Parts: sequence; C-alpha cells; structure tokens
Amino acid sequence: MSKITKQDVEYVAKLARLKLSEKEKGKFAKQLDQILKYVDKLNELDTEKVKPTSHVLPLKNVFREDKVGKSLKVEKALESAPEKARGFFKVPKVID
Amino acid sequence: MRKGKEMKLNELTAYEISKLIRKGEVSSEEVTKSVFERIEKVEKKVGSFVTLMKEGALKQARIVDEKIKKKEKISPLAGIPIAIKDNMCIDGVLTTCSSKMLENFKSPYDATVIKRLKENDLVFIGKTNMDEFAMGSSTENSAFKITHNPWNLETIPGGSSGGSAAAVASDEAILALGSDTGGSIRQPASLCGVVGLKPTYGRVSRYGLVAFASSLDQIGSITKDVTDSALLMNVISGYDERDSTSCDYPVPDYTKSLVNNVKGMKIGIPKEYFIKGMDEEVEKSVKDAIKLLEKLGAQIKEVSLPHTKYAVAVYYLIATAEASSNLARYEGVKYGHRASAGLRQRRISLGLKPVSQSRQSEEKGVGISAPLRSASRQDRQVDRQTGRLLEMYEETRKEGFGDEVKRRIMLGTYALSAGYYDAYYLKAQKVRTLVKEDIDKALEKCDCLITPTSPTPSFKIGEKINDPLKMYLSDIFTISTNLAGIPGISIPCGFTKKGLPIGLQILAKPFAEETILKVAYTYEQNTEWHKRKPPLVFTRD
Repeated sequence: MSKITKQDVEYVAKLARLKLSEKEKGKFAKQLDQILKYVDKLNELDTEKVKPTSHVLPLKNVFREDKVGKSLKVEKALESAPEKARGFFKVPKVID
Repeated sequence: MRKGKEMKLNELTAYEISKLIRKGEVSSEEVTKSVFERIEKVEKKVGSFVTLMKEGALKQARIVDEKIKKKEKISPLAGIPIAIKDNMCIDGVLTTCSSKMLENFKSPYDATVIKRLKENDLVFIGKTNMDEFAMGSSTENSAFKITHNPWNLETIPGGSSGGSAAAVASDEAILALGSDTGGSIRQPASLCGVVGLKPTYGRVSRYGLVAFASSLDQIGSITKDVTDSALLMNVISGYDERDSTSCDYPVPDYTKSLVNNVKGMKIGIPKEYFIKGMDEEVEKSVKDAIKLLEKLGAQIKEVSLPHTKYAVAVYYLIATAEASSNLARYEGVKYGHRASAGLRQRRISLGLKPVSQSRQSEEKGVGISAPLRSASRQDRQVDRQTGRLLEMYEETRKEGFGDEVKRRIMLGTYALSAGYYDAYYLKAQKVRTLVKEDIDKALEKCDCLITPTSPTPSFKIGEKINDPLKMYLSDIFTISTNLAGIPGISIPCGFTKKGLPIGLQILAKPFAEETILKVAYTYEQNTEWHKRKPPLVFTRD
C-alpha cells in the first residue's frame, strides 16, 4: 500500500511553498513513498522510555552585553537583493 | 617527496611548502602560480571549481611575500593556496552552494573560518563545486557542473564536498575546506584518496557556513596528508561568539599529536560495519590496515554498535526536517533568485495585467474610492495580494531549487507536519539517542573506532542519481558520527585493482581529535598510499 498519494504531495508542497509540475508530483509521490517505507524500520524499536536527542551539546543560552556593534551598511545588505527601492527590499504588494 | 622525479610546487604538501617559503627558497607567488598552471591544465577534465579567484590570490600571495621579505612574523600556513567549498562566505565573492537559487549571491561578509584563514595569510584560490546545498553523495546534484574523480574521470568524486576533494587530489589546491553533515568531507576524501577530517560538533564555528542541517553540520579540512590536517585544524578551531553552538573548549596544538606510536592504544572494530555484501576490496584493505596497526602495538577488540542499521533512516528524517526549516529563507526577497520575470509572463498568459501595471492602477485607485470599499471587498483584495506574494515564493522556489533539494524539503516538511511529527521526527530523535549511546558506550572501552569510510569505492557518474535511496545508503558508515557529534577522519588505506582509492575511517570521543590524528599519523608513517598521485587519464572499461 502506498503511504503517500499525489494529494499528500500537493498538500506538503503547499506547506513547503514549492510549486511542483505534474511530473514532479508523480515522481515525488513514488520516491517519498519508497523512502518512508525504508524509514519505517525505526518502528522495530521500542522507544517509549528513550529521551529524544535534538542536539549533541548541552546547549545553554548565551548572553552578551547589550552594546551597539558594527553592522552591515544598507547598500551592502541590499547588494544581492533581487529588487530594491529607496534602501528597502521590494516585494509584490501585500496589503493596500 | 618521491625520488627520481622533480616534484612541482603544487604537488607538495602545505607543510613541505611552508618550510620552503620560510627558508626563502620559494615565494608564495610562485606556489600560487604553480597551482593556477595546474588548474589551467586539468580543470577542464576534473571540474573542481565553480569560481576561480586568480587575481585576488596572486595579490594575497604578494602581500605574504612582502611580509616575509620584511621578516615579519608569519603563521605556519602563510602563503599556502587553499580552496573553499562554495557554501562558506567570503566577503565580496559569490557563494552559490552550487544552486541556481544563489547563482548571483555575493556574500557581504566573511565566515569565521574565512576570517581566521585571512588572519593566518592563507591564499584563496577559488570556490569548489558541491552537491546543491550540500545535499548529496556524488556532487552530481550541482546546478552548474559535474566534477570528475581524478582517479577515473568517468566516476564521481563523492560528495557533497566533491569539488574540494577532487581539487586536492588533482593538485589543483594544496589545502581545502569542506563541510560534513552526514559524511560530506570523509566520503569524498575516501573516494579521491585524500585525508578528510570532520571535527567534533562545536569545534569549528559554523558562522558564515550556509546552513543545511544545523544540529549536524560541521566545517573541516581536506588535505594531502595528516600533518596538513593538524596544521589547518590549528587555524580553524575554537570558540566564536557568533556561533552559540561553538564550544569554549581549549584548542590544543594539533601538531603535537603527530606522533608515530600506537602502542597500547585500544582500537575498537564495530562488527556491524563489516557486513555481508560489502565490497571485498574495501573490506580487505581496511582489515589489512587494522592488522598493521595491531602489529605496531595497538590492541584490537571487536565492539558492537547494534543500532547502526537505523542510522540512515534517522539521518534522512532529522537532516531533511532541519533542512526544510533552514531553506525556508530562500523566497526571493532579500537575496538570491526571484521568479519575477516568469510571474509577469504568467499573468499576461492568464489574461491578467502584468504586476507593475495592475499595481499602478491600484495605487491610483482607479474606479474605486476608498471609503466606498466594503469590508468583504477589502478582504478579497488582501487575499489576492497575499496570493501574489505566495505565488512569487512558490515560483521562485520552483525555479531556484534542483531535484534533490526539493525532494529533501518535501520529506522534511512531511516529517514535521501535523499528524506525522511524532511518528517520524520525534521517533528519529529518539533513535538518534540510541545510536549515540551505542557509540558513547563503545568509546568508554576504546580510544578510537576504525571502520571503512564508504562501503564501496567511487562509482560511475549517473549510476545512482535516479535512485535516491541507493544514493543515501552510500553514507551508511559516516552518518552515525554526525548523529553522535563525534570527530572522524578518513585516510587512504589502499586501492582497488582498477586503481580507485579506498579510505579508512577513525572515530573518537568528542574533542579527541588528537587521538584521531595520532592513529592516522602512525598509519600514514608506516604506509605509502597517501603519496600516490592520480594519473588523470580518461579510461574506459
């Protein structure tokens, strides 16, 4: 049985902000299905009492003094912007 | 140095060149020129680089030569040409990640590793090809070019740091930096017959490294021998306040670990890494290497890492989940590709006004006076506008990302989505704990572990590219290292009958790079594999 349908692919693509071609949808449905069946082997393990590892280091918050430091100049920050105007990033209109 | 044949400067190691530069026998400019001569000669066949920085490199080299002339104090690697994987930012230079998405992205700042290399006067020769956003094991996922393995141009160099490994193997670079999320330094080093070191997670700052999977990514070295790895580690290691996951842990002088002695060291051999069906030549070379280390006085003992077979599954859920989040930033606003041209076309073909025109009419408020607009009409307007922004994101990402990147974003998004989070992502994090505990336990009883780096030698270009799962399985021996955050090195330990390199992997406890270097150095001092050079000929079999 397939774990992933074309509808699932369309739903996930929407969440991921990806537009896919019809051909890609079919291909990804098949490949993701294959990969998910492979990762199903994790269910052989009883992990009820196992703590999850999100990170290998004991992370703690790092504080620094609230001082003004050097930052990028506006022109430099905008240098690779696809569209810019008057010192800002330009995007398609969102609200009136 | 090889006897009977005069070696060119670019064929030497960083350590050898460093001595010559200090004695005043050669200049950094001469070394840099020899590297670019080599690039001119072989780059068309090998294809290691996506950006070359010849002019800047020669300028940097001359500055170093001036310093030497003035008898200024210089660092051990001053004047040595280095290649940088194209996912690390150099101020003012393109950082493409071999993706169409970042084809024109010029980095506005230096990554911390780059800053450190600059402070030590290393010479940047170029940015190397890679799998797009470091996702792949063959460098075939680059949006720009194929990199060929210098040992057989019809085979892949490994990946994702394939350009860096191929550049060092073909003497186009003296040193290189790579990044390793699931084996991306060690596997290409193994397949190209060079030395690749992935340090402990947190040992080297990731600031300025384009993020793929943040809990796994680590920058490391690709070099011609173990001595050069130690020298480069001395430069790039250490705490960085700009990377809150870098560790404030003392950095030793790694060259002190270059000791030819493994007497009494306990080396563990994980039995799960010698499985039925593995390449016979790889198995034999690695077992021979273990025998040699035993002869040199190491104690060899079998250990078990029972959860090894789950590592690939864990990795492809965790790495893709993190990637789907990290790559959300590419939406065509602040930098990188934007699908504006395509959108304009589409709007016209749908019978809509092009964006700029419709925007103008709206700005003028043609036909509607604001107070008369009903609330629902305003809502509709907002929906339409938001839709346009979303469409821009979606089109941008469709055009900018390649196949493998899309596949991983899809898998990661799926694993994190409502209803599947516990079943996939959380489950993977739990099994990650088990994989890590296996390794921690084994390393309580041993100083280090030895395994093959890759289950097979290099394979043909195109062989696995259409079968993602098969490609993923080529990382089976390197992935656990990243899941556990420990350091690992791959060093050459033999060749197949067809002349392809085989690599040996040495793993140790967190921050035990010194142990790894000591074992690797001892092996290297007692073998000749690392001295072989690729013939760089086109062969068909």
